[in-house]
Amino acid sequence: MSCVQTIQDYALRSIGIGERLLPRSDFTLCEQFTLIGSGLIWNVYFGALALFCGFFLATGLALMRNSHLHVLRKPSEWFIFLFRGSPLFIQFFLAYETFVMLPRAGIEFHLLGAGFTAGTGWLTRAWAGALIVLFLNTAAYSAEIFYGALRSVPKGDIDAADAYGMSGLSRFRRVIWPTMLRLAWPAYTNEAIFLFHATTLVFFSSFPAWQQKGDALYYASYFAEKTFNPFIPYPIVAGYFIILTLLIITLFNFVNRRLNRHLPQVARRRLKIRPQVIR
Amino acid sequence: MFSFCTDPDTLDTARWFACYLTSGKHMGFYASFGTVLLLLAITAPVALIFGFGGAVAARSRFLPLRLFGQGYTAIVRGVPDIVFFLFFVIALDQAFEWLRHKVKCPDWDQPIRQGSDFIVCPAAKLPLGNAPQWVHESYGFGLAVLTFAIVFGAFAANVLHGAMRAVPHAQIETAEAYGMTERQAFRRVLVPQMWIYALPGLSNLWMILVKATPLLFLLGVEDIVYWARELGGMKTQIYAYPHPDWRLWYLLGLLVFYLGLTKVSEVMLGRLTTRLSHGQATLGGDAQRKVTPA
Repeated sequence: MSCVQTIQDYALRSIGIGERLLPRSDFTLCEQFTLIGSGLIWNVYFGALALFCGFFLATGLALMRNSHLHVLRKPSEWFIFLFRGSPLFIQFFLAYETFVMLPRAGIEFHLLGAGFTAGTGWLTRAWAGALIVLFLNTAAYSAEIFYGALRSVPKGDIDAADAYGMSGLSRFRRVIWPTMLRLAWPAYTNEAIFLFHATTLVFFSSFPAWQQKGDALYYASYFAEKTFNPFIPYPIVAGYFIILTLLIITLFNFVNRRLNRHLPQVARRRLKIRPQVIR
Repeated sequence: MFSFCTDPDTLDTARWFACYLTSGKHMGFYASFGTVLLLLAITAPVALIFGFGGAVAARSRFLPLRLFGQGYTAIVRGVPDIVFFLFFVIALDQAFEWLRHKVKCPDWDQPIRQGSDFIVCPAAKLPLGNAPQWVHESYGFGLAVLTFAIVFGAFAANVLHGAMRAVPHAQIETAEAYGMTERQAFRRVLVPQMWIYALPGLSNLWMILVKATPLLFLLGVEDIVYWARELGGMKTQIYAYPHPDWRLWYLLGLLVFYLGLTKVSEVMLGRLTTRLSHGQATLGGDAQRKVTPA
């Protein structure tokens, strides 16, 4: 079977398009590259969506944490401690068990006098359940980063905004928020990279891969198990992830340059990648 | 464990739980917390040694050694660590068996990789086929420790390399002006001073290491996650202590354990920072000088 044929059969295998059966023996390099690359679709899906949604929740949480009000600060502090203080692995397990325990038939609730039934089956599936966990997790980590940045917004900036007569929402939107993002961006880039790395945990924790539709690591371990040779599939995953990491850095660098565009060249902060492996 | 535990079906709730929570399997569960702590206790110093070696190698004047040190620290950044965990456990196992195979069976003529199989001579198997169960378990645990140490050693190397560069250069020049050799200056001046600069990075690393311990489960070690899933699963009437699916409660217990471990680590590391800041030319050290009169 030629490599083009393999790509046609397996390039979209992870989302259920193409050949149903996975190759069983005599694996070629082409098959390994194609299938593992196909699994990468899931990693990008989880990472991108969780990061996008998490960004907004994180901003809210950081603001709550910075608030003077006890009722706002405490829940945010607890949320951040809960998700940053425990392993993501355990969070996945816990979420899955919780979702499985929800009644299968759905939850009935009444809204404005009319009865609704919300199905819960989709929550036990990886595309939704794992996404929720990753979303909450990255929100907690990013909130801590944003909170740190919020605390170090220069006082002079806020005084200047006050002097211009800005207050409340407009002061936040036009002065505090952009500065906070600018200060937080290098750390936030790291967070994004390691969030993408964390997506490999999804199918290795409790969420089952339905019809063998898994992520890059799922297929890599499939090959490693079948061939008992870790020296080919795992370096392939590693290669894919290095490329993905470089893409993220390029993308975030672009935003970083835009956030810092009003500063003189020397004062611009370069992105620096620091290790923060597992959550 | 208790004398009234002989017939669990007749017990009231409190006694039932007293018996249930002290059953033989639960003792295994409690012991596995020890496994996790043991892993932390062994891995942390070993990873630190690996890291120190890596950092020294990355500073070396000898080009191949420097490239090795820099490569070691660089490679773990772009790749998910779980890939390393899965890779190293098989790769190390095969590497050990291959080495033993070369030494013990030099006249073995068949290839080691036959299709999808990895075959070494029986004498080179690790652990040996007739070894008792505990040898198999500790071999698995040892592989896990080595894997953790390699991955976290790379991160520690990164942190220590930065810390060595953060020690004010003038101090080393002073040491050399006093007639110390490069080696002496390294040992007496650089190494004692670098820890305060390394501490923020190392404490971050410790937190990550604590949170990485559930990955033991993926490496096939019977750790707390294994036991929590095993014990929490639904037990039918044929078991002595039948109960519905309680995995959620067991996992909640683990969550609390990890949160507690994080909190305790935070407090301890805070104290360590205060101690190490003593007399250092950093903001923290300066603050201490101002509070305590000389």
